[in-house]
Amino acid sequence: MKYIKEFRDGKKAQILADKIKKEIKQNYAFMEFCGGHTHAIFRYGLQDLLPPEIKMIHGPGCPVCILPEKVIKQAIDLTMDPNILFCSYGDLLRVPGPKGDTLLKARSRGANISMVYSSLDALSLARKNPDKKIIFMGIGFETTAPATAMAIKMASDEKLNNFFVFCNHVLTPSAIQNIFNSPDLRDMKELKIDGLLGPSHVSSIIGTKPYDYFAEEFEKPVVVAGFEPLDVLQAILMLVKQVNEKRAVVENQYTRVVDVEGNKKAKDLVAEIFELERNFEWRGLGIIPYSSLKIKKAYEYFDIKNHVTLSEENVLGHKACQCGAILRGTKTALDCKLFGNPCTPENPLGPCMVSAEGACGAYYHWYKSKDDIAQRPIDLR
Amino acid sequence: MCLAIPAKIEKMLSGEFAIVDVGGIKKEISIALVPDVVEGDYVIIHVGFALNKLDEAEALKTLEIMEQINEIH
Repeated sequence: MKYIKEFRDGKKAQILADKIKKEIKQNYAFMEFCGGHTHAIFRYGLQDLLPPEIKMIHGPGCPVCILPEKVIKQAIDLTMDPNILFCSYGDLLRVPGPKGDTLLKARSRGANISMVYSSLDALSLARKNPDKKIIFMGIGFETTAPATAMAIKMASDEKLNNFFVFCNHVLTPSAIQNIFNSPDLRDMKELKIDGLLGPSHVSSIIGTKPYDYFAEEFEKPVVVAGFEPLDVLQAILMLVKQVNEKRAVVENQYTRVVDVEGNKKAKDLVAEIFELERNFEWRGLGIIPYSSLKIKKAYEYFDIKNHVTLSEENVLGHKACQCGAILRGTKTALDCKLFGNPCTPENPLGPCMVSAEGACGAYYHWYKSKDDIAQRPIDLR
Repeated sequence: MCLAIPAKIEKMLSGEFAIVDVGGIKKEISIALVPDVVEGDYVIIHVGFALNKLDEAEALKTLEIMEQINEIH
């Protein structure tokens, strides 16, 4: 496909990797915030291509991975009502909640749960089923928030009274700030982060401007990068050069899609429908103030939280699961006793195993087992 | 989750929708977030929406920079 295959050229990838090698002056640890980058790094074996001095730390930018067990339980509780048709994006259905229960298991018990590709599909279901209440579970970062906002706006314009949103949209800059402020990252010398690979499509909406703060306040270089392998390698080269030159600025590798300001229309729409929620609990990162979106008063009818009381009971996940530390970048999938057995993508015990964008899912999908990883020439850890 | 892909706008439809071509597969998407696109433009699509226009000149520029790395190599 045009504008994809050009950025997957193996020969150019090798040249970029060689160029990076020549620039190496120290050890570097870079965090890729976004699960899309994690996926690309594993899928194209970029860690094997990179010199061993470069360590990629996989960040928390996988929207299903950061949902706490409590939210999964709330979602499952919502599906208990037979008049409800619950809609969500596919990955969410397999995220384990309390005692390993999932939306998929709830569906096998008879709950009406539908996997949708778009918020607009959920809206169509509302139009076609006036006797049912349609709940769309809005999840994701700034990339998916405009889609949920648009569905709410259209439902309001059409005066649809059977469409509701269970809103769990989260914000990238708040999470990055939390990671940079996290005591285990600040105190553990070996885990310092030298720079940040900025998200691709989140940035297509918010622009590069919000990252200026991190470059200035934490003196870390940020390079916004596309999701293709050459994009990632070029961005890593840009990060290495910044570190070598002791610079810490925001640079944009993904200029074909991202600019400084982002998509104004999408941002305005999100601002019209949503406001900042005071607190949101992230799996692994804990409660981060003003890090998520809630539906504004003018559109409160569409907020399911105004129609149903959700259980705020704290739910604990599997006690050996290391997803929390993995999301903070302080442990890897290989540090977890559950990895590969019994925790697999078919039977995920923690959220990072659910999707190939989650750190554990990516490790498992591309390397399968600890033995496989041990046999590889470069230490992936 | 945020994996969005480039697609070419084949045909504009009414009500801020368009048909795009994704590697041979035709798909109807919303172009409400990118109001200034025209047929033939490339857009980045995600969960049924065009998120942004893909700037073809910038794409070529990025590829050129990569080529130059090759030359100085």
